Amino acid sequence: MTDSPILGAANITKRLGGKTILDNVSLRLDKGDLKVLIGPSGGGKSTLLQCLNLLILPEKGQISLEGRDIHPRNKRELSSFRQQVGMIFQDFNLFDHLSAFENVRIALIKVKKLSRRAASERAEQELARVGLSDKGGLYPAQLSGGQKQRVAVARALAMDPKVMLLDEPTSALDPELIGEVLAVIKDLSLAGMTMLMATHQVGFSAQLADEFMFMDQGRIVEQGSPKELLVPGTRTQAFCSKITELAGEVPG
Amino acid sequence: MPTALTACIDALPSLLMGAVSTVGMLLLAMALGFVLGVPLSVAQVYGPRPLRWLAGTYVWFFRGVPILVQLYLFYFGLFALLGLNLSEFVSAAAVLGLTSSAYQSQIFRGSIQGLHAGQLKAARALGMTDRQAIASIILPQALRLSIPGWSNEYSILLKDTAVAFVIGVTEIMARTRFAASRTYEHFALYILAGVLYFVLTAVGVRLLRRLEKRVRIPGYAQQGSLV
Repeated sequence: MTDSPILGAANITKRLGGKTILDNVSLRLDKGDLKVLIGPSGGGKSTLLQCLNLLILPEKGQISLEGRDIHPRNKRELSSFRQQVGMIFQDFNLFDHLSAFENVRIALIKVKKLSRRAASERAEQELARVGLSDKGGLYPAQLSGGQKQRVAVARALAMDPKVMLLDEPTSALDPELIGEVLAVIKDLSLAGMTMLMATHQVGFSAQLADEFMFMDQGRIVEQGSPKELLVPGTRTQAFCSKITELAGEVPG
Repeated sequence: MPTALTACIDALPSLLMGAVSTVGMLLLAMALGFVLGVPLSVAQVYGPRPLRWLAGTYVWFFRGVPILVQLYLFYFGLFALLGLNLSEFVSAAAVLGLTSSAYQSQIFRGSIQGLHAGQLKAARALGMTDRQAIASIILPQALRLSIPGWSNEYSILLKDTAVAFVIGVTEIMARTRFAASRTYEHFALYILAGVLYFVLTAVGVRLLRRLEKRVRIPGYAQQGSLV
């Protein structure tokens, strides 16, 4: 008998406008895993991540958290599930009308029902963890892209998630800002956070990831450790070398 | 002293009393329009199909029928049928408020739909219910963006209050007509009425502009000269 995964997805199928975006995808994330989704744009990575925390409801398939099936029609269950699954978006999605500090704090007050004092303390801690203690009073429009993404990470971490889903967290960033966000992700991974990340940062991922999943046309077509997959003849290897060639990144 | 000026000076206290009544109706109607307009807009954007249809029909009716017709319909028809014994003042304010809610809902709807879809996604991803997300993420942003459109609605509704004189509310228009029919100084008195409306519009629009600046999100609003 195997232990239940932290986050499990079984036979997820999603169609949109007659097109199959996800075709019977299954995966599991175990404690401390860092798994990385790579593959061409339009291959279904983003849709899969959003199905995994039920921001998009799949037509078929089952999502489970620590072995318990999640029923999205039950609003309370859905809310409690989403609190435990942190999500980082490509374009940050900070709340524009709230300061960095308030962005981190708001769900602690509204969702976790913490007192203002407890929520404020926690928000301070999380901002400190991503190195932004001195930027709490600034609004999203006053922050750089890298700072925005770090606030988004702090906001997700404040909810004590059991797993984090990251949807191309550095794709909207200027090259010189990517490093600061990757550093935060690396710290998280080393601290044992369970994570699934879609990214084009293949060099970074190759060093840290437990597993690569190559997605194309709504399916996971290759799956294995970076070492296993980054060998001549795989699609993963072909894709990664094309990216690193374009970006000038040295594969790990 | 020319009789026109005398007529104006004599009529001024009465017209100012009328202005109190005008502003009273206006504030009640704006408030009612807001209280109904916000849920209407939310229903139109996020509601299930039957609710969207219902809200849409409501908006069609109130935007499609002249305010004067509505006033008669409600004052002589519906309010009486329902056995509501409302004063002329309250009736007029209620009808103006219902109409305004239809217009206001479209101002709010535009602002809500102008927000990035990621705002709602991020709120849901944190475990907020849709109700919480709308109350603490969507509306605070959408209402800020609605202030310029809202100040438009204020200035239009202010002048719409003038129709209330047909059911006997003693607001600016009713009192102007009365003074004019007594003194035959129509031209001068209607200029005075026009000035009163103008001043009330200017004051309200200024106040709303101030509110807009006060609640502006730092670094967010775009303003400045084009290069």
